[in-house]
Amino acid sequence: MNEAAASLVADDGVPLKLKLRRAERAHKLKSVAMIAPLFLFLLLSFVLPIGTLMYRSVDNPELHRALPQTVAALAGWDTQALPDEPVFAALVRDLRKAQEESTLGLASRRLNYEISGFSSLLTKLVRKLPPEGAGVRDAVIAVDERWGQLTYWRAIARAGTPLTSFYLLKAVDHRVNEAGDIESVPANEAAYVTVFGRTFWIALIVTLWALALGFPVAYLLATLPSGPSNLLMILVLLPFWTSLLVRTAAWIVLLQSGGILNGAMIGLGLIAEPLQLVFNRFGVYVAMVHILLPFMILPLYSVMKGISPAYVRAAVSLGAHPFLAFWRVYVPQTIAGVAAGCLLVFILAIGYYITPALVGGPDDQMVSYFVAFFTNRTINWGMASALGTLLLIATLVLYAVYGKLASSDANKARR
Amino acid sequence: MNHRIQLLALAVSAALAAGAVQAADLTVISFGGASQKAQDAAFYKPFDKTGAGRVLPGEYNGEMAKVKAMVETNNISWDVLEVEGPELVRGCAEGLFEKLDWSQLGDKSKFVPEAVSECGAGIFVWSTALAYNAEKLAKAPTSWADFWNVKDFPGKRGLRKGAKYTLEFALLADGVKPADVYKVLGTKEGIERAFKKLDELKPHIQWWEAGAQPPQWLAAGDVVMSSAYNGRIAAAQKEGKKLEVVWNGSIYDLDHWTIIKGSKNKDMAMKFIAFANRAENQKVFAENIPYGPTNNDATKLLDPKVASGLPTAPENLVGALATSTEFWVEKGEELEERFNAWAAAK
Repeated sequence: MNEAAASLVADDGVPLKLKLRRAERAHKLKSVAMIAPLFLFLLLSFVLPIGTLMYRSVDNPELHRALPQTVAALAGWDTQALPDEPVFAALVRDLRKAQEESTLGLASRRLNYEISGFSSLLTKLVRKLPPEGAGVRDAVIAVDERWGQLTYWRAIARAGTPLTSFYLLKAVDHRVNEAGDIESVPANEAAYVTVFGRTFWIALIVTLWALALGFPVAYLLATLPSGPSNLLMILVLLPFWTSLLVRTAAWIVLLQSGGILNGAMIGLGLIAEPLQLVFNRFGVYVAMVHILLPFMILPLYSVMKGISPAYVRAAVSLGAHPFLAFWRVYVPQTIAGVAAGCLLVFILAIGYYITPALVGGPDDQMVSYFVAFFTNRTINWGMASALGTLLLIATLVLYAVYGKLASSDANKARR
Repeated sequence: MNHRIQLLALAVSAALAAGAVQAADLTVISFGGASQKAQDAAFYKPFDKTGAGRVLPGEYNGEMAKVKAMVETNNISWDVLEVEGPELVRGCAEGLFEKLDWSQLGDKSKFVPEAVSECGAGIFVWSTALAYNAEKLAKAPTSWADFWNVKDFPGKRGLRKGAKYTLEFALLADGVKPADVYKVLGTKEGIERAFKKLDELKPHIQWWEAGAQPPQWLAAGDVVMSSAYNGRIAAAQKEGKKLEVVWNGSIYDLDHWTIIKGSKNKDMAMKFIAFANRAENQKVFAENIPYGPTNNDATKLLDPKVASGLPTAPENLVGALATSTEFWVEKGEELEERFNAWAAAK
């Protein structure tokens, strides 16, 4: 057959196979050209920034840039004995140059992460920089005896590698100790595991509430006659189209101690003192559930719309209690919508920043708050990226688990 | 609630400010509020009148990230910036600010020594002090120990959400002498001691972030006492609010002018700083808001009545302490992080 095909020749003398291949290639190129803009867009707006973000969390450029010779001279160091004369000489040369070029600030900040107080040690040496040449090692140690301690040189060696695990470890409350082993940080410095735990907990509670409130609404939407159903749909969509900030601010107005809700309850004599309803966890839950509710209702609705009412009717006509029929016949058919809605709400919830920042207290802040803190306040972008990267990984893992569950469900259904 | 609204306002104003800036104007960024109003009267408007250029005022909350992003991407839309001491020193070392040519800025010896540095020129001396609402408290507090005493002074307290000043106040309340505060805070035990003292008061603290919040909260009765910038309390007093300042245990610091590295209007910026730091202009500033001048000649020009309300008045300096810029440059980041983790824990 192959030979036969190869021997076929078109009218113009070109073998048919070749012609076919040409046509196919042109076709392929055309389709590639058609998706190229989209592909480029994805590359520029997703892959590139996310890649840069993830790279930032392990990037360690400060010492490389400011103290290149010292880092190079320390490359073969065994970390057991004090470095030799050339290393000290390199440090002095580097510091002199860094001083002139104003590149020392970032390096000393980076070293201060390793050992608190390192930056002043560096500044002190810069102020009294000894001349290079014989005896530079003793001269440097004479400026401050800490230069004679291994701890500080090990910190330089640790901070001098091109890539570092420092930020990622710190984001899970761990660090590399003197001996090069990974250990957990002391309890009073640990913070981020709690914050991650809190983030997932808040997201879970919000998801459950959104499901509990969203399911009946979606059911109504799907089963009511089209007139009331459309009206209800508009009521769901209207807040969905309203700005997130407006909705969050509206909750502050409603819930604050002098707000409408407290005022009404005091006016009715239900309470004597205003209740603390906002700037705490309760306020965060209320505002987040409200904002995320449409993301639960819409997937549920789209699935429920496709379920024929005949099934439940059939079950009831066969003698099932209406509730049993609903539970055993109707609910299992909505599982895909429930899963999609929960996943959507949960993933959106773990990334929430502005709502907890506005309606929460200091102990209601989620991971994103700390990303903002490190980005804006202390300008530790490595730490901000590390927290962001971990959040991204958590989301991807969740998504993978969901994908696995969904596909096994689909298989089961097929069987 | 207010800082939340301010957060919104900040996002909007940042977007607006970015659009409004033109190359020919000098963008001067301050911390906003009552202080910016005083700067407008004392520095911006008179500078506009000299014909050397037009000042476009803006405000920020001290976030160095914006400055860093501007310098790194070489997209500089700010020229002159008001900064606090530690940020000035750190930014100078990291190459975020231009080095200043002091020969253009007037006689160095006429300024208080802290006002003269490589990248910065001191604008004014301000103070963070204990403030209270005299109408709501039966007895007047006199020290930070009273601030911590919730039995005799019941009610919520306001403190700035950050390690800076908060840790110092905790140690002062714990009986550390003003002169020893930074020595104690420099040790591990000292830091533990400060956080332990803060633990005691934590359930009673309402944290503020913008300088405008403490006078509002005090006047509304949300808190009975608060740490506050003395100028903001003075502004509230002018409006007839019965707020009082306790100078004992106050911490004073300088704000500085600096120029963003790569500013397109560097010459005009230098002219502006030199102009603003002239004695006659600093005098007008101090009359508008009680922050002490850095130019010694300006102090001489002041009415004694105005001078007695400044943080730099000798009677107000009793029991006060100067911020250690050196300490906060060194430990600031670490302690702010630790503080943030502490505040976020239950």
